[in-house]
Amino acid sequence: MSILIGRETRLVVQGITGREGEFHSRQMLEYGTRIVAGVTPGKGGLSALDNRVPVFDTVGEAVRQTGANTSCIFVPAFGAPDAILEAVGAGIETIFCITEGIPALDMLPVVEVVRAAGARLIGPNCPGATSPGQAKVGIIPGSIHRVGRVGVVSRSGTLTYEAVQAMTDAGIGQSTCVGIGGDPIIGTTFLDVLQLFAADPETEAIVLIGEIGGSAEEEAAAWAAAYLRDVPMAAFIAGRTAPEGKRMGHAGAIISGGRGTAAEKVTALEAAGIRVAGSPTELPALLRASGYRG
Amino acid sequence: MKIQEADAKSLLAAHGLPVPPWAVARTAADARVAAERFLAAGAGRVVIKAQVLVGGRGKAGGVKLAGSPAEAEEVAARILGMEIKGIPVRKVLVGPAAVIVKEFYLGAILDRASRRIVLMASAEGGVEIEEVARTTPEAIHRVAAHPLLGLLDWQARELAFAVGLGGPQLRDFVRIARGIVATMRANDADLVEVNPLAIIRESGPEGYVERLACLDAKVTLDDSALPRHPDLEKLRDLDEEDPADAEARHYDISFIHLDGSIGCMVNGAGLAMTTMDLVNRAGGAPANFLDIGGGAKADRVSAAMRLILADPKVRAILVNIFGGITRGDEVARGLIDARARQERDVPMVVRIVGTNAEEAGRLLREAAFETAATLDEAAIKAVAAARAKTGGMA
Repeated sequence: MSILIGRETRLVVQGITGREGEFHSRQMLEYGTRIVAGVTPGKGGLSALDNRVPVFDTVGEAVRQTGANTSCIFVPAFGAPDAILEAVGAGIETIFCITEGIPALDMLPVVEVVRAAGARLIGPNCPGATSPGQAKVGIIPGSIHRVGRVGVVSRSGTLTYEAVQAMTDAGIGQSTCVGIGGDPIIGTTFLDVLQLFAADPETEAIVLIGEIGGSAEEEAAAWAAAYLRDVPMAAFIAGRTAPEGKRMGHAGAIISGGRGTAAEKVTALEAAGIRVAGSPTELPALLRASGYRG
Repeated sequence: MKIQEADAKSLLAAHGLPVPPWAVARTAADARVAAERFLAAGAGRVVIKAQVLVGGRGKAGGVKLAGSPAEAEEVAARILGMEIKGIPVRKVLVGPAAVIVKEFYLGAILDRASRRIVLMASAEGGVEIEEVARTTPEAIHRVAAHPLLGLLDWQARELAFAVGLGGPQLRDFVRIARGIVATMRANDADLVEVNPLAIIRESGPEGYVERLACLDAKVTLDDSALPRHPDLEKLRDLDEEDPADAEARHYDISFIHLDGSIGCMVNGAGLAMTTMDLVNRAGGAPANFLDIGGGAKADRVSAAMRLILADPKVRAILVNIFGGITRGDEVARGLIDARARQERDVPMVVRIVGTNAEEAGRLLREAAFETAATLDEAAIKAVAAARAKTGGMA
């Protein structure tokens, strides 16, 4: 098994005819993801990716015609909130929003509507997820993965690739890797993903990759201390040397008023019994040291 | 994006908040003219405040009172000659000095954990809220605005009563609280702070009146929303912006200047922070945070190289690329091209993995670049190269 995506995923790509949308849809298809539809308003009736994927005008139509249950959004920033709400309206259960640069206040009503509808939003400004050997949704390179039993959850993109590559090189495969996104307002938090991993019988260990800003790592650590004591875990926190008050690329990565520092997060994780690596390349060894035998 | 107090006050005033009048002066003579006007209109004294985008102006001596036009000119001249936290003061705000009865704090922030706009109030006005949070966290009262409906009147009343406001000020407080949240939403701000919000005493036809007024204002805007607010983009204070920051913005590069000697070029914010951390762990100090973003091509690589080399402290450069959307061979070509044109000879350590890494490796070897297989190795090599360059100091 896996979380969020797997063999049962029937994907609709919103913005499939755009440059990014088309490029990454091709990669997803090559990885084996079942892309059943694309949506671009005004291009309904056409097909994308060398005639392999039908394009619809609306997500609702795509769901009715193809039974899509998951969406991946590559719509530009100012249109992306509407795209998320359209997916919710069409009854999509799991929505990945890859788009970067959505104004934070736009996301407040969106996450509220998603929650009220019982849907799940991952992102925005996230790389997506991969369940190795089954499906990948988003922009994570497929080649870095290996099938296995470690769940990976992270706030960043390329840093996740770095950590996953290190695991794969060390022979440690993954059940699902999820990038939850680097924005301050996101649909799915570390804690949400930990709860999903905890309920997944095929995830036997967890790697958490956090960064400065906010307190989501601390909240996840507190929950892990109570509920994941028997699960081997390792973590990495980026930004130990970041200065206060500067936004380090990600809109969410900022230390303000002395809060959100890497030191606080490392302390909280270690207090929960989770070992924290000094470099992503040390994660495989820390997992083994925490009892993972896979 | 941070904006100056005077601009923040304009945004609040546009939403009907009670902001006392003010003028902005770039010279002591202009400050005198403004002071004359406010004194003639009945103010007992004027306040002169440095306009810089850093906190702690008061402590640094950047906020002073004056009782006459001549004194205002003298005080303004002194403040305009100051530097506050390394930033030269280029303009001052002049306004009537209020007679303060009591000060409060009122501010709205974007709260990530609750995914709401949270409005905070405290009876400890005039003090930095971070300070209050540290010493007396129970003195800060909070309500979360509804994500669809915004701040509701009863929530604002709850805050008012919590900080001890009632009677004639209750209605004004509710209006101000709603106005702050409205200002935040209308301008896509991630912070709107009025500190102090004060009860001030003014003389009216029937003796003294007391009313609430916003005596200071701080607003920071969400950078992601600026493209749809061209009027707000104009508030960017270019006086206080490093030219390197403007160039970085032009090329869509995230760049933050730091104090070390090892220039870093990385794709992805999390990986860029990690690269800095590993440079530090290897005994060096990063000269910058630099994320060239996804899908960077040769022109962005050259621009990043220019930004890094513009810092004379840079003694070595570490390039770390994990190709996904970004193609390693394109970055390698950009680096080769940039090095051919660079004026200063600085050792460079390059590590490229992921998409088209093999081709990148071949190009870099042919051009005799120093390469590294892992991030840890790259950091160690870059620190060593910087030490060799300076004879021991990285």
